[in-house]
Order: sequence, then C-alpha cells, then structure tokens
Amino acid sequence: MEKILQVEKIEKYYGNKGSLTKALDRLSFQVEKQEFVAIMGASGSGKTTLLNCISTIDKVAAGHIYVGDTDITKLKGNQLNRFRRENIGFIFQDFNLLDTLTAYENMALALSIQQEDPSKIATKIEEIASSLGITKVLQKYPYQMSGGEKQRVAAARAIITKPKIILADEPTGALDSKSAKMLLESLDKLNRDLAATILMVTHDAFTASYASRVIFIKDGKIFNELYRGNDTRKEFFDRIIDVVTLLGGDLSDAL
Amino acid sequence: MLCKLSLKNIKKSFKDYTIYFFTLILGVAIFYVFNSIDSQTVMMNLSDSKREIIQMMTNMLSGISVFISIVLGFLIIYASRFLMRRRHKEFGLYMLLGMNKSSISKILLLETFFIGLLSLVVGLGLGVILSQVMSLLVANMFEADMTQFRFVFSQSAMIKTIIYFGIIYVIVMIFNTIIVNKCKLIDLLQTGRHSENIKIKNPYLCTIIFIIAVIMLGISYYLVTGGIQYLQDASSIFIPIILGCLSTFLIFWSLSGLLLKILMAYPKLYYKNLNCFTLRQVSSKINTTVISMSVICIMLFITICVSASALSLKNSMNANLTELAPMDISLSTSNLDQPITTQLSNANITSQQLKDAFEFYWYQDPNLTIKSTLGTAYDILYQQYPYLQYDAPEDIIRISDYNQLASLYGQPTYTLAEDEYMIIANFDSWISIRNQALSNRESITIKGKTYVPKYTSCQEGFVIMEGNHTNTGIILVPDEAVDSSMRYVDYFVANYQATSDQEKENIEQQMLTFAQNNNTIMINTKLDIYEASIGLGAIVTFIGLYLGIIFLISSAAILALKELSDSADNKQRYTMLRKLGADEKLINRSLLQQIAIFFLLPLALATIHSIFGIMFSNYIFETFGNEKLLVSILMTACFLIIIYGGYFLITYFCSKNIIRERA
Repeated sequence: MEKILQVEKIEKYYGNKGSLTKALDRLSFQVEKQEFVAIMGASGSGKTTLLNCISTIDKVAAGHIYVGDTDITKLKGNQLNRFRRENIGFIFQDFNLLDTLTAYENMALALSIQQEDPSKIATKIEEIASSLGITKVLQKYPYQMSGGEKQRVAAARAIITKPKIILADEPTGALDSKSAKMLLESLDKLNRDLAATILMVTHDAFTASYASRVIFIKDGKIFNELYRGNDTRKEFFDRIIDVVTLLGGDLSDAL
Repeated sequence: MLCKLSLKNIKKSFKDYTIYFFTLILGVAIFYVFNSIDSQTVMMNLSDSKREIIQMMTNMLSGISVFISIVLGFLIIYASRFLMRRRHKEFGLYMLLGMNKSSISKILLLETFFIGLLSLVVGLGLGVILSQVMSLLVANMFEADMTQFRFVFSQSAMIKTIIYFGIIYVIVMIFNTIIVNKCKLIDLLQTGRHSENIKIKNPYLCTIIFIIAVIMLGISYYLVTGGIQYLQDASSIFIPIILGCLSTFLIFWSLSGLLLKILMAYPKLYYKNLNCFTLRQVSSKINTTVISMSVICIMLFITICVSASALSLKNSMNANLTELAPMDISLSTSNLDQPITTQLSNANITSQQLKDAFEFYWYQDPNLTIKSTLGTAYDILYQQYPYLQYDAPEDIIRISDYNQLASLYGQPTYTLAEDEYMIIANFDSWISIRNQALSNRESITIKGKTYVPKYTSCQEGFVIMEGNHTNTGIILVPDEAVDSSMRYVDYFVANYQATSDQEKENIEQQMLTFAQNNNTIMINTKLDIYEASIGLGAIVTFIGLYLGIIFLISSAAILALKELSDSADNKQRYTMLRKLGADEKLINRSLLQQIAIFFLLPLALATIHSIFGIMFSNYIFETFGNEKLLVSILMTACFLIIIYGGYFLITYFCSKNIIRERA
C-alpha cells in the first residue's frame, strides 16, 4: 500500500528552560492510503499538537513529517499555504464555516482558492452534496443549519478539493449523539466510497470505534495501537474501552 | 493597583488605539491652530482695517469652534464606545474575578484621563508646529510680509483647547461609566460568540428602491442646476436637500443587496479567487452601516463643496480686484446743490492730491423702470425670478460721460446714434435677463422719444468700483436724451497724486477726513475695497478649511474604526482562509479590496453630489466669478487625498497587522 503520511521521530516542547514539557516525544507512525485512523488520548497527551504539526499550523522541534514525498517540516511561508491547499482537508470541532457565506459558497471557496475553473464548481459541489445528504441545505447560511448539517458541510468542503489526507480535530466534539453518528457514518462513507484517507483526533471511544485503526497517545508517546480487522463496530468499541481503562483515570472522563 | 492596570491596558492595546490617538491628536492640533490665528498675526505689519477684520474673523472662528467641539465630542464618544465594545471580555473577566463595577469605572476613568492627557500634550505640540506653517498662510492671505519670522505660541488658544477637550473627555468618562453600570456579565462574556445573521434583501425590492433613489437624486440634482427656477423662495432649497439625503440613504440600503446579486450572476467572476468572500464581507459591512455610510457621504459632500467654494471665492475675488477697482478713489452724493469738485476745493483738496479727476451725473426717469425696459420679456422673467425689484427706476448715464470714464478705467468706449441706447452690466444672471429683452429689440422711451437697442446683448462694463461683479445694468443714452432735471447722483473719480505707498496712505487719510466732515458724500477707495475683499476672502477660506478638515477627519475616523473593529472580529475568518490554503497575497488583496470599497463608496457618491453642489454654489455666488474654480478643486482634492488617504492607509496596515497570524 502507498504511504500517505509518514511521521518520523518528531519532538515538540513547550515552556522554557525552567519547566520543560514534552508535548511530543520522538513520536513515529505511518498512515496508508485509504486508511481511517483515529488518535486517542486524554487532554494534554499531545494529540492536538500532533495534528497541528501535521497540518503545518505548528512546527516540530525535531524529526520529519512526509506527506506523499514532501517533507513538510522544510516548507516555508507561501509554500505552506500551497501545501495545505493542495494536500490537506480540514474538519474542526467548531465547524469553522464562514458565516457570511452559504453552504454552497463555503464549498465553492475552497475550490476557488485552488484556482478551480468556475464552470466546474457547480457539478463538483452537487456530486459531493448528494453523497453526504446535504443537498437541501446548500443555499442556507451556517446560522440556519443544525450542528450536524454544519459539520457535514465542513466534511464536504474538506473532501471536495480531493486532498491526500483529511485531518479531523474532534469532529464530534460539538455535536449531540445523533448528529455525531450521522457525521461518522458520512466520514465512513467518504473513506469507503471516495477513497479518502482520514486522520481523526478524538478522546471519545465511540467516535474512535468508526476508524479502521486507533492509536493511543500518552505523554507525547504512542501507548498502544489497535486494528479493527474484521471486528464489528461494537466489538471494536469494547476493545478500545479496554485500552482506555488500561490508560487509567485520565481518559475515563471521556466516557 | 487600578492605576497600574489601566496604564498597562493602554500600553497593551496601543495598536488598537492607533486610529483613536491619531484622531484625537489631529483634532486637538487643528483646534489649536485655528484658535491661535489672531496671535499669529501679532507680529505682522498690518493696517488697522485688516486688524479689525482679523478680530472679526477670530470671533467667528471661536463661534464655530463651539460647533466643531460638539462634532468632535460626538466623534470621540463614538470612538471610545467602539473601543469599549472590543474589551467586553476583559471587563467580564474583571467582574468574574469579583471586581465591582465602580472599580471598572475607575479603570476606565483613569484610562480616559491618561489618553486624554497624552493626546492633549502631543496634539498641542503638533498644533504649535502646524501653526507656524499656518502663519505663512495667514500672512499670504492678508498680504503681509513675513520678513521677520518669529516662533508664535498662543497661550489663550492653548488654554481654550485644554478646556474644550477637557469637557469632551469628562463627557466621555460619564458615558463610559453609564455604559459599564448598565451592562450585564453574561452579555460581556458572550460577546462575539453569536454568529452573524445574514438577511438577504429581496432583490426585486432592492432594484425598485434603487431606481426610486436614483430618480429622487436626479430630481434634486436638476432642482439645484438646470431647474433652479423652480426654487421659488429660500425655504424651498430644503426640498433638494431632503431628497438628496433620503436618496443617499436609499442608495446605500439597496446597493448592498443589489451589488451582490448582480455579481452573483457572473459565476466566472464571483467564484474567482476570494471574490465571493470579499463581496460577502463588503455587502454585510454596508448592510450593517447604512446610516453611518450615508452620514459620512453627506459629510464628505459638505467638505468638498465648502472647501472648493471657499478656496475659489478667495481666488476669484483677488483676481477681480485689479479689474474692478481701477481708480484710487470714488466719491458720490445725492446732494446736488454743489458739485463735488467745488466741495473738494473748498476743503483745500486740489490737484496737489488728486489727478485724473472726472465728475459726472447719473440720471433717472421715474417712468423708465426695469419692468418697462424688459418689455415683453417681463412676463417670462417674472415667473423665473419673482423676487426681483421690477418697479425700480433704471440708472441712466450719458454716453460721452461713460466714454470718458471708460478710458480712465481702461475699458472699451462706444458710440451711439441719436435714437440708440445700450446697456452695460457685469452680473452674469442679470446679463442673461437683460439679454432676453435686448434680443427682442425692446425699445425704451425717455421724454417722449423712443430709442432702440444698438446691441442685442449687454456689453461688459461697470461704473461703481466694487470688489465683485455686481453691476446689474446701466443704460447708456445719447447726451441729448437726458437733461439736468433728471440728475439724481453726482459721481466723482480720481487717482492719488502719489508715487509711494506712504504718500497714498496720507492722501487716503485726508480724503477719509473730508468724507467724515461732509456726511452726504459717500466715499469708496481702492484700498478699502481691497482690504474688505481680502478680509472676506480670508474669513471664508479659514472657516471653509476649518469645517472641511474636521468633517473629513470625522468621517474618515468613523470608517477606519468600523473597519478595524471588523478586522478584529473577523480574524477567525482569515485564519480559516489560511487553513483552506489561501496565500497571504490573496488574503491581503481581499482585505485591501474590502477596505478600498468601504472607503471609496461614500466618497464616490459624495463626489457626484459635489459636482452638482459646486455648480449650485457657483450659481449663487456668481458675483464672485468662477475663473479659478479648477485650482481650488485641485487643492480640495489634495486635502482629501492626504487626510482621507492617510486614514485609508493606516486602516489597511493596522488591519493587516490584526489579521496576521502570530507565529
């Protein structure tokens, strides 16, 4: 299988000489094409820092991150913007849709930033919208949509540019359980039908159970790793819970 | 502790406060400069009559200063409320930590005090420097020589500035205290949380409103230019003013919806780069600021008109003077017992003092009124200009007298056949009235004899020396047409027998004493006309500049503050764009486009308004001539570009700074 993301011994520190915190401690892992990976960890375990480093929003102190063949730790300035534009799709906890634009325009903007031919925009949006079941809300503004709809629009915006990898930061964090389920099924669909590679950060075992692989992080290091294999979602969920229990009290608040 | 907190707050938010500081400092400096004009003239070598004019101007400027301080007061209160809103979270945090409202008020009080103090000190410093430049302008206006340059500092202007701005700051403090006492903790903490509700206006309604607004605007433009005759009396001028204000508001109201709708119809353009984001931003900005945009547009309109007209008045008045006051002195009396020449020689004023002397009479025939001169054109003209005095008798001068005067004035001379008459005038709107009658070849009757016009239009000319074109028409007739019984004014002109300015002043003084002793005699001297004209020009110019600059600063500051607070509120949106992979260049361009549209829109409409406004003021002040209008419009444009453009640039760079990602 083709490797999409390769993280090699990355390090990241916070604080000053007096009190140094290792947010990421020589962390390494790989994500292959069409994988759906969840990263779990308690708050402070370094999972958001990891995501920020992969998405080039933050910089690592040491180590390398390869997306495809590019070492993104060596990119600078507009190269970074360009890299993000062409390779990464984002889904955030608080949606981050532009509230002055309609759902349609939010998706169109992502394409027009990539200099997409305006005449092709409409067909692309309709295609994605129908597969995610958001055709009805296309002409609505974010304030007129439910949380679940907003997050699915955000997911559609992330996939519409055909990025190499979609990074999702606590995508179900601001959703009620029903909307969360619908979103996760949408992500699953993106993963299966549209061959999207997804890296998702979460502290919720239920959300993680939709992934094909779960990586557990503690104190900036990989603590454990689970493959779903041929398990049902329910079985996989139980296995995840076992690890969470092992991880200790830190994560129990997530349940 | 509170003191330390407020000092730290100012230091921390210095960047946010840049525009606020800039505006305060400019306000203080300009206030000082215009109130210190009289002390700038102290060391200048000026005549008494100029001093009087300066005294009058100072009084008028200090009257206007009250109005200016009210405008600035509103602006400062508006600005400080804007900045307050930016800090709701901070106040919320203080309250959450248990600080009571009176302590927060105290922090704000101290902050206002420190900012006020700092802006006063810097503003006065700047004002003192600017007033040195200003004194050059004052000297130029009053044609005083600035050979000895002296550093001027006006204590009275400084004290006045401190008192006025002190009052403004106290009012700001009171306002802030009221606001703090009224606010609720939950609102403070949740500011910025709620997402914007976008109301899209019905495009059809927008189109209809836009068309109505354009028609209304067209009517008011027509009323002040081509259709000026419909403005029958002074109060009807309010019709175009109200129509203009209303249509300005409606245009901005409809434009926000319309602009977006039109551009959305062009997907190639709309979905290119960040265009759709930019347009949405602009339209929501205009949407939420329709009233302020309209007010700013009207303020800019006033600024442009007032400064352009004021400057052109001054320019054209000076140009007129050399032409319109060719002789040193003119005397006139309606007491016909003794000719003026005799009275002068009785007073021992002879050719020792005066040369080129010439005396003649004005004639009137009670039956020859303006109405009768106009003939059949009267009915049409009465409808257009009902307020004119049509029953007044016409002034008549014999052609030989006029020719002699004209050769002294350096004007063309004329000949008339025995049954011909002609009219000289230089007041443009009267010329057009009289030309209608002349082109009808209206004849006039004096002493039973009929005269026909020699020319079909008025000839350029005047008799009474004055600062402006005010000759509404004098009828010239052959010498035999009138007799001595019809005389009503004795008129005398002469030049001074002098070579130096000093000698001229002496003779002038002698003549003034003569006129005082003979109270039936009216005196009119070149020097008098000159100084009165200079004074009027200076007053108009200074008041125009004062009002213009303050209005300009106010409107630019409001736009800048609104734009900056928007940038801060929308910071997240720009972060979002970056995450979507938009280049810095693209983002900055979008920001520049937004700010440019926001600044240019009211300016563009105001410029269109001004074209008609200036045409109207030109019509009203036609007496002043309009040769130098272009120069003054260019000067106004310079002012506009420097101040408005300055605010625009500061806004852009500050906004760029605000939305920049901190690495």
